[in-house]
Amino acid sequence: MASNKKDNLKRVLLPAASILIFIIIWQIVAEFYVNNPFLLPSFTDVISAFLSMAFGPKGSLPKDLWYSLLHFAIGMVAAIIVGIPVGVAMGWFKDVDIALNPLIELIRPIPPLAWIPFAIIWFGLTNAAAGFIIFIGAVFPILINTYTGFREVPKVFIEAGKVLGCTNNFSLIRRVAFPSAIPSIMSGIRISMGVGWMCLVGAEIFGAGSGKYGLGKNLWTYYNLHQMPSVVVYMLILGFIGIFIDLIFRHYVNKQMLKWREEDL
Amino acid sequence: MSLLSIENLRKVFSEGETDEVVALEGINLEIEDEEFICLVGPSGCGKTTLLRIVAGLDTPSSGVALLAGNEILGPDPERGMVFQEYSLFPWLSVIDNIEFGLEMKGVSKKARSETSEKYLELVGLKQFAGSFPHELSGGMRQRVAIARALANDPKVLLMDEPFGALDAQTRNMMQKELLEIWRRAKKTVIFVTHSVDEAVFLADRIIIMSPRPGKIKEIVAVDIPRCRERTAPEFANLRKYVLSLMGEGTI
Repeated sequence: MASNKKDNLKRVLLPAASILIFIIIWQIVAEFYVNNPFLLPSFTDVISAFLSMAFGPKGSLPKDLWYSLLHFAIGMVAAIIVGIPVGVAMGWFKDVDIALNPLIELIRPIPPLAWIPFAIIWFGLTNAAAGFIIFIGAVFPILINTYTGFREVPKVFIEAGKVLGCTNNFSLIRRVAFPSAIPSIMSGIRISMGVGWMCLVGAEIFGAGSGKYGLGKNLWTYYNLHQMPSVVVYMLILGFIGIFIDLIFRHYVNKQMLKWREEDL
Repeated sequence: MSLLSIENLRKVFSEGETDEVVALEGINLEIEDEEFICLVGPSGCGKTTLLRIVAGLDTPSSGVALLAGNEILGPDPERGMVFQEYSLFPWLSVIDNIEFGLEMKGVSKKARSETSEKYLELVGLKQFAGSFPHELSGGMRQRVAIARALANDPKVLLMDEPFGALDAQTRNMMQKELLEIWRRAKKTVIFVTHSVDEAVFLADRIIIMSPRPGKIKEIVAVDIPRCRERTAPEFANLRKYVLSLMGEGTI
């Protein structure tokens, strides 16, 4: 037990120490060697930029956060609404698989950001335009993981379902195949959230969005204003929110949906 | 009339192709109500195929299987099945697994829990009602699978080498428990195994099958009173006899 406690302490102290050392080195290099906040803002520059943006009168950070999360939510919800049913249909019905597979393989390799011109033409400078880019990035991992999850449902579960009176396609999908595929679907959603978060920044920088607000949008604005400490603030916030979304998602899924599994997502 | 009758059953896989395999040929069999039947034979003798046809999971190429006079055309809860692999739904708790078939039938929540508790008690796992399958040992999982099949109140319980994955000790214990469950639940059981020892221990009648094509070679009635002692001379003699019929000589 004593060594266990020591191990746990190590797990907290070692990462904390390495982060602290990283910050110190960053501060020293920025302050004494580079000495140019345009090339490399120091840690303290970044902190004071953060404070003035978050709490100062001119800070747009809360609004940027709100709009980015809105773009992200539009894209993710659309990707889930489209990706799961199409993946289910392809995974369960052979004919649907044969019909749609080539089409999907043609569209899938197009990088999501290449859709930006059409996103703007189709949706205008709206939240939906940014949402569309995120949708394009997020829909394929969800679709493919749903498909794979359905293809890998053990045959014995299907047969057990059948002998227990679950005989039509609808109830077999709902009662047997879908629950069996949930771990794969959830890891698809998790991957797609990572991809979607990256697409968000690209989409906003290229102007797909409703205009003034967005983390990616104003990261670019601050770059144009040469306010590099603010750019770093936005970079860090994008990273933190990305981790935070992933943590919340994993916590929810492991506690609520996958408590029947031995290993966590 | 017997409960289950199989008439002139034939099953061919990939019919008409170069890799055509005759899995079953000229199978005729009558099984009575509440009988305990074991199907034994070497691998490839079609014993599992025969069981799957009775379950409705495979269809015969010709001939019919009749349960209480009705032709078997597909899977139905009146024929319960316990698989060799672990077939419990891992996302459902033990109790929800047992209630699955009843839920499919549209039985009310209250009636479902009464039935599931009864069968959970029958297989001796009452304290594991809320556990998930991965928390149970192999033997316990198969006991839940038996309870799940019985909860539907099937006319016949089909078992495809259900203890094949268990270690020898657990297996012997499960055989004893199965006989006790069978005695209390009063069901017809058709049990596929490749273990002659298991068949002699369990069965009223042993159906011995031979391979390529799968045929019934001999039907042996077991007259030894239960509970059978593996070390008794009559047990050993019968085992030797069945083994000799299977062409394995006196091992």
